[in-house]
Amino acid sequence: MNQQVSNPLSGPHTHGKEDTAKIMRMVLLALTPATAFGIYQFGWAALFLWLITILSCVVFEAFSLWLGRKPIMRYIGDGSAILTGWLLAMTLPPWAPWWIGVLGGGIAIILGKQVFGGVGQNIFNPAMLARVALLISFPVQMTLWVNPLPMFSAMAPGFVDSLMITLSGFKIDAYSGASVMGHVKTEISNGATLSAALSQTYDNTALALGFVNGSLGETSAVLILLGGLYLLWKKIISWHIPVSMLASTALLAAMMHNVDPQQYAGAMFHVLSGGLILGAFFIATDLVTSPNTKTGQLIFGAGCGLLVYVIRTWGGYPEGVAFAVMLMNALVPLIDHYVRPRIYGHHRGGKTLQYSEKKLARVQQAGED
Amino acid sequence: MKLFRFRGGVHPESHKEETGDKAIEVLPLPARLYVPVQQHIGAPAEPEVQIGDKVLKGRLLAHSQGAISAPIHAPSSGTILDITEHTAPHPSGLGVRTIVIETDGNDSWADGLKTINPFELDTDEISARVGAAGIVGLGGATFPSAVKLNLGKKYPISTLIINGGECEPYLSCDDRLMRERSDEIIDGIRIMLHALKAKQALIAIEDNKPDAIEVMKVAAKLYSNIKVVVVPSRYPMGSEKQMVQTLTGLEIPAGKLSADLGVIVHNVGTAFAVRTALRQGRPLVSRIVTVGGGAISSPRNLEVPLGTLVSEVFDYCGGFDQEPARILMGGPMMGQLLPHTNVPIVKGSSGVIALTQKEVAIHQTQPCIRCGSCITACPCGLLPLEMAARAKKGELQGAVEYGLMDCISCGSCSYVCPSHIPLVQYFNYAKGELAARRRHKQKAEETRKLAEIRMQRLEMEERAKQEAAERRKAEREAKKKLQEAASA
Repeated sequence: MNQQVSNPLSGPHTHGKEDTAKIMRMVLLALTPATAFGIYQFGWAALFLWLITILSCVVFEAFSLWLGRKPIMRYIGDGSAILTGWLLAMTLPPWAPWWIGVLGGGIAIILGKQVFGGVGQNIFNPAMLARVALLISFPVQMTLWVNPLPMFSAMAPGFVDSLMITLSGFKIDAYSGASVMGHVKTEISNGATLSAALSQTYDNTALALGFVNGSLGETSAVLILLGGLYLLWKKIISWHIPVSMLASTALLAAMMHNVDPQQYAGAMFHVLSGGLILGAFFIATDLVTSPNTKTGQLIFGAGCGLLVYVIRTWGGYPEGVAFAVMLMNALVPLIDHYVRPRIYGHHRGGKTLQYSEKKLARVQQAGED
Repeated sequence: MKLFRFRGGVHPESHKEETGDKAIEVLPLPARLYVPVQQHIGAPAEPEVQIGDKVLKGRLLAHSQGAISAPIHAPSSGTILDITEHTAPHPSGLGVRTIVIETDGNDSWADGLKTINPFELDTDEISARVGAAGIVGLGGATFPSAVKLNLGKKYPISTLIINGGECEPYLSCDDRLMRERSDEIIDGIRIMLHALKAKQALIAIEDNKPDAIEVMKVAAKLYSNIKVVVVPSRYPMGSEKQMVQTLTGLEIPAGKLSADLGVIVHNVGTAFAVRTALRQGRPLVSRIVTVGGGAISSPRNLEVPLGTLVSEVFDYCGGFDQEPARILMGGPMMGQLLPHTNVPIVKGSSGVIALTQKEVAIHQTQPCIRCGSCITACPCGLLPLEMAARAKKGELQGAVEYGLMDCISCGSCSYVCPSHIPLVQYFNYAKGELAARRRHKQKAEETRKLAEIRMQRLEMEERAKQEAAERRKAEREAKKKLQEAASA
């Protein structure tokens, strides 16, 4: 057999099981329990918004690829646009009108991703960029929180009514209430004590399980955590960002709570509410917009956690994950520039390694037990 | 004994069980052998036989040239049919000077060098004999072994590491050699220890070869200065840098040799070849080759005369039962792609592997998503994604700043890249381009120097001419004046 088998290629001539599209599919799978719970809890309208947001992302992605003369199916197939849309939908108020989803998808994909050059090139997390842009531009629609009305329950609107809610917006005040974080923030700024503010709404178990009002997919800390642990187990993400982010928020919260328990909420409250767990496992860990090295990731995560606490506690908005992650995203190139692994045979600064006599003596001891 | 962890690395599927449990078979002698004069790192050997010459097995065919080179010997007895260009086992498919032998089927040995007790020989004599036997690093690097044995004179060597790691998937030639010829390997190691004047030898074997470990331990039992060390199976454990780090906890300083740490690393196959050369006086004319891969009907280990065509090796193993997607010399991680099977087995051919498309499993390249898998996998602490991005743009200096020159091309980064980016391809391109530029710069420098010398010479000639002209003018004028004076 003397045929030409292939073009001259360097090794390796085999490949591991890792694959971009597979990674995206696993992240989507990890998001499913929390999303399914959100849709169950907030009804048909939530399902419509979720579908619209994802569809919008995919359409804007296809449009951008067409405009850039890139192979559309090949890039759509990587699942990154679906993931962006999905994550964005999870952070929206569940009964938000259709155009919030469409506009959000457009901002995320076009301004957040494609203007930078497409997948892998963006500096900011596209979903967070869109959420922040929507929050600033449409504060009313973006803070209308509906009380949980599980699908098929007596009070819940039916399929057609839900479609109307999504298409023309909802004005029925009876359904709505502030999110837990928003409520606490308003009460405290009105001079109430924390325990008074919390007594009406706060229940650690309800918060953890997600039977509270809030964003479409952010309410159930337990289910999000389940997805996050799945990603850790599958080695899609490493522990560095989630742990450092949760730990720094929790630590700060615990410290401040200790200083003045009536003014500052405790660690559990901060960790379980307002999408911190979603942010720590699914948003801050975005591969494209987080640092490359483990050390860099620890710095990044700790920075995110710090900013979340600062923004929540002293900032103008009750919720801080999106802002915190975006601020830290901007620092990623700087972190990656300075935090690098040490190269084999070199000192950290780049100089050639030099061993002392004592260290060299180790070689002779190498055979000894 | 305490082991140290090297950073990164990957765990490719081993595929060693497909060949590891079958005994080594001797390949029937082929009708023709194609013996290239370059089977090693360094200068090619110079043929010293003529077409038509009759040669015996082990007869010197081509002598080594220069300090880093190795001689080539006849792998069997027969007639020199031709000395010509033949395709080298290299992806380029370019030719290399090759001595073609028509074998006579007798396989009769030439008289070997007179053997004496190797422990009565000194370092120079041992390394001279190893050099004359054409022994090179048989793990695949093919660096002349004599040069490394001689390092014992320049550096105080305390430890000889015998590399039985064999971390490349599919390959089991070292595993089989250790299982079947452990006593000979130990004997070779003792000779090397003697030549290096080293205190001890550590035989490092990956834990996925329990039988080899057992057999080698038994063989080494008699000698207190030879020890078998079980190392974890993790690619690229068999790389010299990572092996030294695993056993000593020290890294080979950049640009230095392992000898700077008092360590020399040799492959188990090399130890066996050293023993054959010193005890039997016979040069390196055959080697154990793993014939494997999913496309091969009946994979196994063969003892193959150097110069045998890969096609004959495959035919002996039943040919292909599936269409091969890539045919490789060496393992799938660092092996060379073969242009076709009409190329010879050489000293560095640890295996010939025919992989199916499914085994290759390399998909279309997608954009980098900066996941950092390559950084985690790199055993040298480099940033493959940054290096590749710069190499791609032609910013070679940028790639160097991220550590290009410290890259060992092990391929761990490409192996794990979820976007299937051919990172090593970029690095090899950049390294080649840098080498070419360096050569070009050197050449330009030479040219500039020559041009300068020429200019100087021309100037001098011009000046000499002028001076001569002036002299003649002065003479003429003086004559004229003289004549004028005379006529006046």
